Amino acid sequence: MDAMAELGAGSLLLGDPAFNYQEAELNERLKRLYPAVNEDETPLPRSWSPKDKYSYIGLSQNNLRVHYKGHGKNHKDAASVRATHPIPAACGIYYFEVKIVSKGLDFLSSLLPLSPIPGWDKHSYGYHGDDGHSFCSSGTGQPYGPTFTTGDVIGCCVNLINNTCFYTKNGISLGVAFTDLPPNLYPTVGLQTPGEIVDANFGQQPFVFDIEDYMSEWRAKIHGMIARFPIGERLGEWQAVLQNMVSTYLVHHGYCATATAFARATETLIQEDQTSIKNRQRIQKLVLAGRVGEAIEATQQLYPGLLEHNPNLLFMLKCRQFVEMVNGTDSEVRCFSVRSPKSQDSYPGSPSLSPRHGATNPNLHSAGADSPTCSNGVTPPNKNKSHNKYPGVSSASSSSSSSPSSVNYSESNSTDSTKSQPHSGTSNQEETSDSEMEIEAEHYTNGVAENPSARIMNGTYKHQEILQAQDISLEDSCASRQLCGGNQAATERMIQFGRELQGLNEQLCREYGKNVTHKKMLQDAFSLLAYSDPWNCPVGQQLDPMQRENICSALNSAILESQNLPKQPPLMLALGQATECVQLMARVRSGSCSFARVDNFLH
Amino acid sequence: MACLLEAPLRISVLSEVTATSRHYVDRLFDPDPQKVLQGVIDMKNAVIGNNKQKANLIVLGAVPRLLYLLQQGSSSSELRAECAVVLGSLAMGTENNIKSLVDCHIIPALLQGLLCPDLIFIEACLRCLRTVFISPVTPVQLLYTDPTVIPHLMSLLSRSQRTQEYITQIFSHCCKTPEHQTVLFNHGAIQNIAPLLISPSYKVRMQALKCFSVLAYENTQVSMTLVNVLVDEELLSQVFVRMMQRDQPIDMQLTAAKCLTYMCRAGAIRTDDSCIVLKTLPCLVRMCSKERLLEERVEGAETLAYLMEPDVELQRIASVTDHLVAMLADYFKYPSSVSAITDIKRLDHDLKHAHELRQAAFKLYASLGSNDEDIRKKITETENMMDRIVSGLSESSVKVRLAAVRCLHSLSRSVQQLRTSFHDHAVWKPLMKLLQNAPDEVLVMASSTLCNLLLEFSPSKEPILESGVIELLCSLTQSDSPALRVNGIWALMNMAFQADQKVKGEIVRALGTEQLFRLLSDPDSNVLMKTLGLLRNLLSTRPHIDQVMSSHGKQIMQAVTLILEGEHSIEVKEQTLCILANIADGNTAKELIMTNDDILQKIKYYMAHSNVKLQLAATFCISNLIWNEEDGSQERQDKLRELGFVDILHKLTQASDPNLCDRSDTATHTSDLSPAFLQILSSIDRQTGTNTCTLIVL
Repeated sequence: MDAMAELGAGSLLLGDPAFNYQEAELNERLKRLYPAVNEDETPLPRSWSPKDKYSYIGLSQNNLRVHYKGHGKNHKDAASVRATHPIPAACGIYYFEVKIVSKGLDFLSSLLPLSPIPGWDKHSYGYHGDDGHSFCSSGTGQPYGPTFTTGDVIGCCVNLINNTCFYTKNGISLGVAFTDLPPNLYPTVGLQTPGEIVDANFGQQPFVFDIEDYMSEWRAKIHGMIARFPIGERLGEWQAVLQNMVSTYLVHHGYCATATAFARATETLIQEDQTSIKNRQRIQKLVLAGRVGEAIEATQQLYPGLLEHNPNLLFMLKCRQFVEMVNGTDSEVRCFSVRSPKSQDSYPGSPSLSPRHGATNPNLHSAGADSPTCSNGVTPPNKNKSHNKYPGVSSASSSSSSSPSSVNYSESNSTDSTKSQPHSGTSNQEETSDSEMEIEAEHYTNGVAENPSARIMNGTYKHQEILQAQDISLEDSCASRQLCGGNQAATERMIQFGRELQGLNEQLCREYGKNVTHKKMLQDAFSLLAYSDPWNCPVGQQLDPMQRENICSALNSAILESQNLPKQPPLMLALGQATECVQLMARVRSGSCSFARVDNFLH
Repeated sequence: MACLLEAPLRISVLSEVTATSRHYVDRLFDPDPQKVLQGVIDMKNAVIGNNKQKANLIVLGAVPRLLYLLQQGSSSSELRAECAVVLGSLAMGTENNIKSLVDCHIIPALLQGLLCPDLIFIEACLRCLRTVFISPVTPVQLLYTDPTVIPHLMSLLSRSQRTQEYITQIFSHCCKTPEHQTVLFNHGAIQNIAPLLISPSYKVRMQALKCFSVLAYENTQVSMTLVNVLVDEELLSQVFVRMMQRDQPIDMQLTAAKCLTYMCRAGAIRTDDSCIVLKTLPCLVRMCSKERLLEERVEGAETLAYLMEPDVELQRIASVTDHLVAMLADYFKYPSSVSAITDIKRLDHDLKHAHELRQAAFKLYASLGSNDEDIRKKITETENMMDRIVSGLSESSVKVRLAAVRCLHSLSRSVQQLRTSFHDHAVWKPLMKLLQNAPDEVLVMASSTLCNLLLEFSPSKEPILESGVIELLCSLTQSDSPALRVNGIWALMNMAFQADQKVKGEIVRALGTEQLFRLLSDPDSNVLMKTLGLLRNLLSTRPHIDQVMSSHGKQIMQAVTLILEGEHSIEVKEQTLCILANIADGNTAKELIMTNDDILQKIKYYMAHSNVKLQLAATFCISNLIWNEEDGSQERQDKLRELGFVDILHKLTQASDPNLCDRSDTATHTSDLSPAFLQILSSIDRQTGTNTCTLIVL
């Protein structure tokens, strides 16, 4: 769909603003009407085809207006034109309208191949204006509907679910005209009298007939069919399967506490042991926090040999690490940074994900003593660094303090703030702020823990929403965003790391041959340095914390695979399979796929 | 033997059951209120879904005791609520249960209970009231006896979703007459119920919608108010349109379509409004499709028939929508041969609805074909249509017969159909049979249809005449119902049009002059008009005129004088003047006018009347009198000249109306004996000399 939209935009070079507007409206309407259609595979008809037409046919107005320019003496002079593309099966229900601008004597609307008059030839179907008859692959018509003339709007609806077709006249359905239609029909019109002019509407304008209402009926029908689909004797198993799906999903993403609780409630077993889950969780948290260097270290420590066997994964991780260095979030540069502006707020929710929180909440205040992980997700293996990080954490909130709603005490915690802030804290404040900060951190934690399953799949967006206030403050501080946190030493470290990365790439090239993906990845990462403000540049997208998710799940899958566990949770597998099935339905021309979209069932 | 053995067994089982039931009732009389409460709760659990237990408890007198406990101020609110629940459960049983409950005055007791502040108790009372009121055996009037009840129910609408559901359901079942509509309307039903249309509860939305459909039915006041109501800043009609969307439950679509139909028929929404043309009408057509339940198809067809009855454009649209005409043919296929063999239950269901389906289809056909000739053609060309109508005319169900004859009547407005299919299928035979013995409403329709079948060009006219229809029609003119009198005389009028002397004589003889003149003083102006029409048709062609006038001249002249003097509409007077013109065309009958100065003065008066139609008719009369080819024309001309007619005619030549000019020209020129002009005028007068009256029933 995107490709098509751009294609549409390409033709905008014509520079007709009305046309641009119409094109945008068309795209929008087609997307709404036929969401299941993949226009890369099966483009929708958008105009009459200047190639597939008789010479007696003239086209104008962006190939939407058809006029007749033959003699029109007898049926032999009849001529037709068809649309640029056949109707894709994934439409489910397809509809177009034709307005009779000027009627000569005879007008014929409808479907399929390029025969002089729709309906007279084999596999051709038509509704004729002069006698109101319908024609199906022959020259003899059946009485069907009323006649039509100048000013009338005739519509044609193809139902690809039950392979029928009906016409409309001025917004009124005339009832089924044909059944057992073959696939790959083209919208077609035929004319045979001089002076005849018709305008097509493939979605450029609102339709006279309420096709969306008709679609809603079929959507309801198909959803009802799915809902009532007999599950049969295996009802008991069904429940076990569902429980297993949920459990494995939780385990996969490392929601350890939730998974344990769920397993206890449903009396199911978890295959993986607790420590393994916690390890994976810890690594994931590091990646999602942008501390890729630490994540690599932890992986190497916990799963020796894993990255060595997956040089591609390692390369990807290192590339990401470079990006995070630019971002100023990776620990290799953060240790230099005094302000480390955005490690926390850029991905505030995820690092605080800890199994501990699911269990007990009353100990919130004392929780800090339990482990430093609570607020910033820094893990025991990196304890030496995590000391450095403590100021980092508070300065994280200090960056958010630039937003007026933020608490002003956090400032006090940063050891040497380069910026002069209006409020400098007293030691008294320092104490309170410390404890309150813990609470704040815990708030995130709770939010995440309550809503764990949302995290990787689609939860990220939700998190962003929840933490919008924080994001706003982040944008406020945008101006102060600097390469590697603005630290000179860090920048040097980054450049050095870049060189190492380059070296690694060359080494991989030597060992495994050229890899286009790697090259592109590296180029994109290095390109960041070419801009004064990497966050607002064409490749700045890479710095978005959301970009961490892909690499995070790739690493997670690799670890699971190395442990002989499924690299994808069955839930995702089932989802992917269902989605694929629906796409396959479109390819084998089963129209109901249009109303059986997987998205409709995900809330 | 088997029977003998079984009988005592049953009795013993019954007595056993009664014994346990008695135990339940006895516990209601326990002095310990706590035990009473437990007893009521146990009773509640015992009666759920057990009709026999319900009947037993009622027989054993549980109801009065429960009502006593319910009304007792000293009872705990919990006990009162439980009592109401048990009563509600008892009401869920058979119709007999409901009757017994109503006989125990349950309704006033429960209505009284609604005054209690306790919501749970109110809901239990309302639930029970709802069950009682939706039963057909409960007299709805009981809701309106106490004038404080309706306003109190309105005030309870805000309490909870349950109160909303029950109260609106009670309203929609108890609103049966225009008076009920007015009572509810005056107590703010519309403002109170409109917000419920967007309630989160489907049941509430649905009951509120049903309420509006009964409130708006044939009620202009309600309908006019409804169109302006806003619900959450949206017009009510738009809310209804949304409820008609195809993915909504069928019940909701159908009821919303009914609301809009009633609003449209009451004149609150134009028939060309897009919400009618593009939404309501297609929705109702969908309800007629095979996919719908039989009940829905019946309601859909009846509502659609009602919607488009007065509007030819809607009829045209409906006739091409989704093959409606062909779709209706399926209504006659129940019970289908398949269902008869395979499924007894289904057969039973089909049989039950077969009559309803047929009458609904006939009604819809009647409505479809009431104006447009092409649609009528399409209907008669539908498979076996005429046969179906013919057999429908003699069905046992009055409803079907009535609908069939309505359909026939609608189709009989087509000249072409009268000439072809009506004759081919000899529809007059069952129609005549129907006329022998039928309720008035069927008779009205059947006689109306007969009027059309007796039109001059109808080939059925001859066989009908031969079947002795005249006596029958004459007896209709003596009916108490004005509609039947009109149809009787109308049919006679049509029959007399260009009929031969024998038929005319028979009509006069069968009707009797006395009855004829009684009809001329009928209070119904339609009857008068058609009687004058009959007279006019009887007085056509010269020999007939003279013959009729020679035997009844005196009375006719008297009647004419009376009507011209009386307070009558222009149409009546015009018709009367036309009769005079016909009389003036007779050979001997002329003299009855020429010798009657009073009449001549009246003719003169009408020639100068401000209404052109009357002037024309009067001039017509004079023109016939002075026609110069006949004996004594000179004398008549002289006399009329004397009376000043020529002056008036000259004045009329300067009149603005071309038709009139022409006519007065004829008169003046004839009197001037201009021979060349006469030639031309004679041809005009051949046509117009005796004008007859024929009208197609509309």
